[in-house]
Amino acid sequence: MANEQKETVTLTINGVQVTVPKGTRIIEAAEEAGVGIPHYCYHPGLSAPAMCRMCLVEVEGMPKLTPACVTTVAEGQVVNTESAKATAARTGVLEFYLANHPLDCPICDQAGECKLQDYVHQEGRKHGRNLEPKRVFGRDDFGGDILYEGSRCIMCTRCVRFMREIEGNEALGVVQRGNRSVIDTFFDDGLDSSNWAGNIVDICPVGALISKDFLHKARSWDLDHTNSICPSCSQGCNIRIDTRDNLVQRLKPRANPAVNSFWMCDYGRANYEWMNRADRIEAPLVRDAQGKLVATDWQQAVMQLVERLQARRGSGQVTVVGSPVHANEDNGLLAVLLKALGAGTALFRSARAEEEIPCFGFSKLARRRDLAANVRGLEIFGFTRTGDDAATGGLETAAAAKGVLIVLGDELADQPADFGADADLFVYLGEYLSPAARNAHFVLPLTTFAEQEGTFTNHEGRAQRFWPALQAPGLARPAWQVLGVVLAGLEVSQAPASAADAFLILGEHFAEFRGLSYEALGTRGALLNEPIKLAAGAAEVE
Amino acid sequence: MAYPYRHEKETRVLSAHFGDPEARTFAGWRARGGYEGLKKALELGRDEVIEIVKASGLRGRGGAGFPTGLKWSFMPKDDGKPHYLLVNADESEPGAFKDRELIRWTPHQVIEGALIGAYAIRAVHVYIYMRGEFFEPAQILARAIEEAYANGVAGKDIMGSGVDIDVTLHIGAGAYICGEETGLMNSLEGRRGQPRVKPPFPAAVGAFGMPTTINNVETVSTVSHIIKNGAEWYRQWGTEKSPGTKLFNVSGHVVRRGNFELPLGFNLKELIYDVCGGIRDGRKLKAVIPGGSSVPILSADEIDIPLDYEGVAQAGSMLGTASVIVMDDRTNIVKTVRRMVEFYAHESCGQCTPCREGTEWLAKIMRRIEAGQGTEADLDTMLELGKNMTGTTICVLSDSAAVPIASSIKRFREDYLALMRPGSREGAVPAAV
Repeated sequence: MANEQKETVTLTINGVQVTVPKGTRIIEAAEEAGVGIPHYCYHPGLSAPAMCRMCLVEVEGMPKLTPACVTTVAEGQVVNTESAKATAARTGVLEFYLANHPLDCPICDQAGECKLQDYVHQEGRKHGRNLEPKRVFGRDDFGGDILYEGSRCIMCTRCVRFMREIEGNEALGVVQRGNRSVIDTFFDDGLDSSNWAGNIVDICPVGALISKDFLHKARSWDLDHTNSICPSCSQGCNIRIDTRDNLVQRLKPRANPAVNSFWMCDYGRANYEWMNRADRIEAPLVRDAQGKLVATDWQQAVMQLVERLQARRGSGQVTVVGSPVHANEDNGLLAVLLKALGAGTALFRSARAEEEIPCFGFSKLARRRDLAANVRGLEIFGFTRTGDDAATGGLETAAAAKGVLIVLGDELADQPADFGADADLFVYLGEYLSPAARNAHFVLPLTTFAEQEGTFTNHEGRAQRFWPALQAPGLARPAWQVLGVVLAGLEVSQAPASAADAFLILGEHFAEFRGLSYEALGTRGALLNEPIKLAAGAAEVE
Repeated sequence: MAYPYRHEKETRVLSAHFGDPEARTFAGWRARGGYEGLKKALELGRDEVIEIVKASGLRGRGGAGFPTGLKWSFMPKDDGKPHYLLVNADESEPGAFKDRELIRWTPHQVIEGALIGAYAIRAVHVYIYMRGEFFEPAQILARAIEEAYANGVAGKDIMGSGVDIDVTLHIGAGAYICGEETGLMNSLEGRRGQPRVKPPFPAAVGAFGMPTTINNVETVSTVSHIIKNGAEWYRQWGTEKSPGTKLFNVSGHVVRRGNFELPLGFNLKELIYDVCGGIRDGRKLKAVIPGGSSVPILSADEIDIPLDYEGVAQAGSMLGTASVIVMDDRTNIVKTVRRMVEFYAHESCGQCTPCREGTEWLAKIMRRIEAGQGTEADLDTMLELGKNMTGTTICVLSDSAAVPIASSIKRFREDYLALMRPGSREGAVPAAV
């Protein structure tokens, strides 16, 4: 099987010769050839109805223009997307699109990332000829996060096909016919019960389907885009964080055929406000002789911390608490520190949903039960799950620990005010100063995953990179950087200069990461080396 | 028996029993030689039936005129899949009323032809898709199908041949686009009635995903006569390329309107002035649409042409369904065209953008022109929009909508310009939508 040659076809598109697998459609082959063919109804994740009539191309020997989205390639085919006939057809079709379009771009959320704008600017007529009154539809609340602006709709039916083919629930349909066609919901609940409907806003080429959450929040051209990984469950959907003024405005899925196709769930999409929390620890705090927490600089804090840890090496009484929304690099270096200090207990808490939410149209994808991105990573680093499904409780031993207690990332919001009061050395690395954290001898400000570089390991053991989308507040630093300097101080390893270096340190200590690097992960991630053994009680339903 | 009118120049093959209620019953049809064609077909074998129909030169009567035998030969053989024959009884073309009469007067003629076609293409099931407005014809046909089952010509082991073919009447909900063969299939399957992209063609992937042939009511009705009497017999009428007889359904300002069965190649002028008795009230002819609203309008001086597929095409129009619409000199061409374009705008399924937007746009411009608020530039705009609507969509509804505009501007430009002169329609209000 491995030696079996795939049958290929060679064709010419706009003078460029390409060889593609048999059965490829012209629109996909054109992409291979570096030729973009304008389209609306075609979407690589959905079926193609060939109804938008934008992708009409000229194929030598065919009497009429043919839709590139459904025509498969043939040996020796000569395709021309820029011939006078093809460009005239597109210009003509674009004029029809504008006949009833309200052109309310100044108040439309899609402006700037609108395919109708793009194509009309590229190839549309310079002046409109329409003198007739336009057809007007009102705004319709589809339920959930979705609003429908019927007047802007270009009737590509991507949303209808998404609901049928991917969500598996035909909640949307085209009602009426001809020029009176509109998209509408069936029954009263509309999209209320949908778990994936947010995707129809993404795939809508125009501003017909818009998010209530994002409504009039930002103009698209003011947004910065950063590639990231959704932190909200262990699926590890590839996402883009869109920010403005150092605030997350929305999350969008990013295509990864191995993980999430083109989609993400509504739960993950909506769960971003916490990244914008302003009640952050902004400077390292060290308890002084009077028992007061005093702000200091990193050098002072780390030097004192190293000194006090050095004295307790090998004491064996070490408890560490990790965080499932912090990077492999962060939690991994905490595990390395635990090893350097001698044996101890490594715990983590993570919220779990009652059940998975599978995606009908893409079986690899589900909103997983674990509602945090890096549970798998923590398990690889030897952390044990504790607490209940709401990520509360389970820290009684840590709360009463006598030796060294290091907490990373866990907010401890549910913990009593005397948490860690008995500890000989309590180090708190985190973002927020809860009453329990105030007992620490060292309070060190961390960045969230959205403010740093790093990797998460998803439920199937795929390590995937994310990039900083926000500026960190004050002196907050990534945990890998803090712990890396501490480990250097303890002469365990060299201080990592970058997240990539920290990732390499993981390879020195954990077989699963051996031989991997950021280069090897690339933008799509890679499966870890070792076959993943699922921890007892964490059995995932495949 | 005078079915509304019988003219001596008619050649009555299909319409021989129009007006004869007895021909509607199974017994009556049998007595008139009915089901002999089916019996003969079952003896001849499937491939021989296709060969005979091919040799007869019969062309599809739904409008496109595609050779029927050739269409049947596209169906795969021995592919192990169930095949279907769909009989298109949607007859939704404005001006057409021939299929209705075939079903009303000779339902068994339709069933017999459909069974022969189904047998030839190895179909296990015939679906007759009829438009919802055909209430009386549907009742008549439903009764005839019951009779056919009761008398062993439909269902299991038809006429003792061991062949099973079921016949089902399916009533549409009234959409022009369901007369388009792939839209018809979608509607039959319970989906939105909108055309499918071809390829795949119905002979490969048709109704319910299976190889399917779609034939017009008049086409299948003709088949039994060809099988019974042979290909050469059928070729005695018509021309080399358009053999046989055809029902011409004439409406409009003529003395005698109705269905007239004539050999193909019959002169249009003769049809109007002789068979139909000329223009009513002694008025003059202004325009003729020779094949239903989707074909170009001809002016009065263009009608001395043979009514066959080639002859009408040469004159710049199409034979279509041979639904001749005759207009006298009182006719307001602009209003007529506006009404036709509005029809297409109303009936566009809405999937392809040029059609969805273009048909309505044209209708809006036509309303404005009719209200006296148009300019000559509007004519150019309409012609160009029509051009952009032609050949750019999945089916040809879009093309059809552009046809009356382009042909009427070409031949009756003066009628448009008259409405644009100052004062011509002062204070006129655009027609209500």
